[in-house]
Parts: sequence; structure tokens; C-alpha cells
Amino acid sequence: MTTVPQPRPEDGNSLKPGCIPAVEVKDLSLVFQTADAPVHALSHVDLTIEKGEFVSFIGPSGCGKTTLLRVIADLQQATGGTIEVNGTSPQAARLDRAYGYVFQSPALFPWRTVERNITLPLEIMGLTKTEQKARAKRVLELVNLSGFARKFPWQLSGGMQQRVSIARALSFDPNLLLMDEPFGALDEIIRDHLNEQLLDLWRRTEKTLVFVTHSIPEAVFLSTKIVVMSPRPGRIIDIIESSLPRDRTLDIRETPEFAEIAHRVREGLKAGHSYDDH
Amino acid sequence: MTTTSAIFAFPADLIRRAARGTALPVATILLLALTLWYAGTVFLNAAVVTDQYQRDRKTSWTTEEFIADTMSMERPVLPAPHQVAAELEKSIFGVRLTSKRNLLYHAWVTFSAAFLGFGFGNLLGIALAIAIVHLKSLERALLPWVIASQTVPTLAIAPMIIVVLGSIGFVGLLPKALISTYLCFFPVTIGMVKGLSSPEPIQLDLLRTYSASEVQTLRYLRLPASLSFLFPSMKVAVALAIVGAIVGELPTGAQAGLGARLLAGSYYGQTVQIWSALVAASVLSGASVGLIDLGERWLDRRLGGQR
Repeated sequence: MTTVPQPRPEDGNSLKPGCIPAVEVKDLSLVFQTADAPVHALSHVDLTIEKGEFVSFIGPSGCGKTTLLRVIADLQQATGGTIEVNGTSPQAARLDRAYGYVFQSPALFPWRTVERNITLPLEIMGLTKTEQKARAKRVLELVNLSGFARKFPWQLSGGMQQRVSIARALSFDPNLLLMDEPFGALDEIIRDHLNEQLLDLWRRTEKTLVFVTHSIPEAVFLSTKIVVMSPRPGRIIDIIESSLPRDRTLDIRETPEFAEIAHRVREGLKAGHSYDDH
Repeated sequence: MTTTSAIFAFPADLIRRAARGTALPVATILLLALTLWYAGTVFLNAAVVTDQYQRDRKTSWTTEEFIADTMSMERPVLPAPHQVAAELEKSIFGVRLTSKRNLLYHAWVTFSAAFLGFGFGNLLGIALAIAIVHLKSLERALLPWVIASQTVPTLAIAPMIIVVLGSIGFVGLLPKALISTYLCFFPVTIGMVKGLSSPEPIQLDLLRTYSASEVQTLRYLRLPASLSFLFPSMKVAVALAIVGAIVGELPTGAQAGLGARLLAGSYYGQTVQIWSALVAASVLSGASVGLIDLGERWLDRRLGGQR
């Protein structure tokens, strides 16, 4: 996927001038028509995600964070406003295979080995067998699962399965990775470990990462930008540019800066009245 | 000391192992079935034997004699298992394999028609299911016809198929195979509609993110996901295919096949022959189902099954 970088006049405030943002959302709305009343899943959402950023969407259930991710991925369509992915429509980006999507559950095909699960997108895209094998080997190394290529999914733990699904999303080398609570079902110890690995992976590959979570520490630890969302209607309450350095280890969670950002996220969630009816 | 304990331990160990495995339940059911069959033989043939005794003016007989007589009639209401076994032995090993009097020859005739029909039925069933899953409108347009087709009694429609196909020059194997097809595409269609729709939304979304085409979605997701639904359907279908082939042999005037043996047997009141043909038909069905089961296990192992 190569796009010719075109300077755009309206892009004055972007961090890297002359670069098309990975995702640009303007006044985006999504309304579901239900039997009794319309549901405002997303309401007037404005957001710019620059290339190379690690952006987290955080908020309680029903705040539209997964919906927003699905709209970026063209798995759902907005009913109002504009959205551009890599400077084109989400549909064009999807047809271009511009992003890799990691779901809440690994969604591995049980009848395929780990290796063949990873080569699935490559088979669909028509790569040669040798290229498929080479890429599978490389991404398995990236997620530290070399040696598990011939195993079937049920022979792996939940955390390992989710790492395979990340490897699968990386296999065709998209510049944009969309992750929908990938570690939500895992215990905290494994989650911490995977967060560190993910951060390491992001630094090494220089990809743009959009990450949905409902864990404050996870969002603060991972992100360069935190998007705090609130339900009914689903909207953005606060966008926090993280002051933490890109190079970070789990120890950073003990620092005052970390606590400060986490506090601001918590305040944002409170401001959204998201705790009122709990 | 060790030797004696080993000797004494042996039968107990054998019984324990038998109880754990399937040998004991299988043997118990088999024994029960045979006992019921023998009891049925005595009970159902008793009237005929008493009749015969009266005609022969035989006034006294022992129970053993009476029971033995119920089990050695030439045209019993219900032949005893050993009579059927003897008939099977005679008609399988007693004559040349290629002879029209050999039961295996007839079983082969039926099997080849059923097998061809089963093949057609699977193709038709899978094709219909693929069409129904991909075109939602077809579910309403096609499925009622598929279901209605199965409410027509096979025995009524089989002669029609034979006559219609015969008038345009198709005789022998093909008309019988088509009756098998008619019966056995149904479970395959129903099973495959379920199986092809079995992928979870998340798996379909995944392929959407790869912008996979419908054909690719079918090949990489829907078809492999449907296999665990296909095999149970195939087991039902193969038994139906054999029933279809046998029914298809009835109106042709009893030329060849297990159906022909059944018909010939009933013409001449040869109940032992009828029963041996029935046993052959059920062994054929059982073996076919077993073969599909083997295929299922083999594929399951290749596709990472947890067994």
C-alpha cells in the first residue's frame, strides 16, 4: 500500500505536516433504527489519528468505542459525517487491505494449524506458497511463537491464541492495526506481559495502532493518545496526548506522570456520567 | 505364587476391561436381540406347527420336538436366526460369485445403484444448500419444494420414475440411482444449509477485513465449517440411498438386486430368502455408514480434531 503523500491545506495542525493522517473522522454519527427509539451509537465524533500513533479508545460498555473501530474498518457504516482512512473511504481502504483487525476473541479457524491460520489472509491475497511460509515464520517470531507453527489452536492457551491472531493481522504487513479489546478475556498477569510485547512490536514495526479497551491502566500504559468516550449518545469526552516517552516499561506505572494521566482519564469518564446508573 | 495370582486375576481383569470398553454392552444387546428373535420364532410359528400336527393326526409331542419343529419349517412365518444364517451361507458361498443366485451379486447390484445415487444426492444436496445460503430469497422459494418432495411416498413415485425414464431410454442402473438421489439429497441439503451458515459473525467479519470474495468465503470458511454437519447427514443419506435402490428394484420385475430377491421371495413365499435379503440389506447399510464414519474420523484427524 503506497500512497503519494500530498500536502493538504486544511491539515495545518497535524503533527507531521505533508502526511495524510491514518484516520480522519469529522462530525461522524451512527444511528441505529430500533423498534421503539433510534439509538445514537456515535454522535458528532471528531478525531484525527496520525501515522505511527498508538491510540486507545476507552469508555464503558455502550460508549461506541467498538462501533467507531468497526466504522474505521468498514465493518459498519456511519449514517452521518465523513471518515477517511489513509486518505480514502473506509471501503476503499478495506478493499486495499490497508489494515489488520484483531477481534475480541482470537477467531482462529480450528481446522487450520497455527501456521495455516496465519497464512489465511495471504492465501486469499494470492501470495506464493514460499512467500506465505516465509511471512508466517517471520510474524511467528515477532509474537514469540516460533515452534508452534504446526500446532492446532486448541493446543494453545488463550493468550497464545490471541498472539496468533495478532500475528495473522501482521502477516500481510498492513500499516494500520485495529484491535478491539484483544486482551479483554485474559488474566491480568498475561495481559501485562502481552501489553509489553505489543508495545515493543509497535515500536519496532512503526505501525499505527488503534486499540479499544475498558482498562484505564492498559490505555495509559500503551497509548500516545487516549480517546475517552461516553455512552448515550456515544461521543468523545476528552482526547489526551500522553506525555510519557515512547520507550516505556511496566515500571512507568509507578510514576507520578502515569498517575496524572490515569487521573485525567478517570475524570473524563466521570464527566461523561458513565457511572450514574451503575 | 505370582503365577497363580496372575491366573486368578486374568478373568477378573478381562471382565473389568470388557465393562470399561464397548464389548460387554454390544454383546449384551446382541444376545438380547437373538433371544427375542428365537422367542418370536417359536411364538409366531406355533399356530402353523399345531395346524400341521392336527392334519397329521399327531396327538402327543414333547416341548423340545415342538420347538425344533417351529425352527425347521420350509416356509415359516418367521425363520429362526440359524435358518437365515444357513440360507446366507448357502447363497453366498454355495454358488459362484458371478451367478444370479449369489446374494453378493445382488448386494453389489443394489450397492452400485445406491452408491451412484448417493454421489448424485450429495452433489445435488450441497449445490442446493450453497444456493439457499447465498440467495436468501431461495430459502423461501426452494426450501418448501425440497421439504414437499420428501412427503411423497417413495413407493408411489418410484414406478413413475422408472416408467418415465424407461420411455426415454434409460433403464437399469440410472433410474434406480435417481430414486436413491431423490431420497438422499434431502438430509444433505438440510445439514449443509445449517453447516454453511454455522460460521460465527466474527469469522465472517474477519474474512471481510481481508476483502475476501463470496467464493473465497465459501472455500476457506463455510465449507470447512460445514464438514461436521455434512458427515452426520451423509450417514442418514447413505442408508436412504440403499432403501431407494431397493425400492427402485421392485417395479422392474425383479431382475437383479436385493429388492429383486425380496420380491421373488414374496412371490414364492420364500420367507427365509426374504429374511436373508433383509439381513444383507442391513449389513450393507451398516457397512456403508461405517465407511463414512471412517472417512469422518480420518478427515477429523487431518483437520486437528481433539480426539
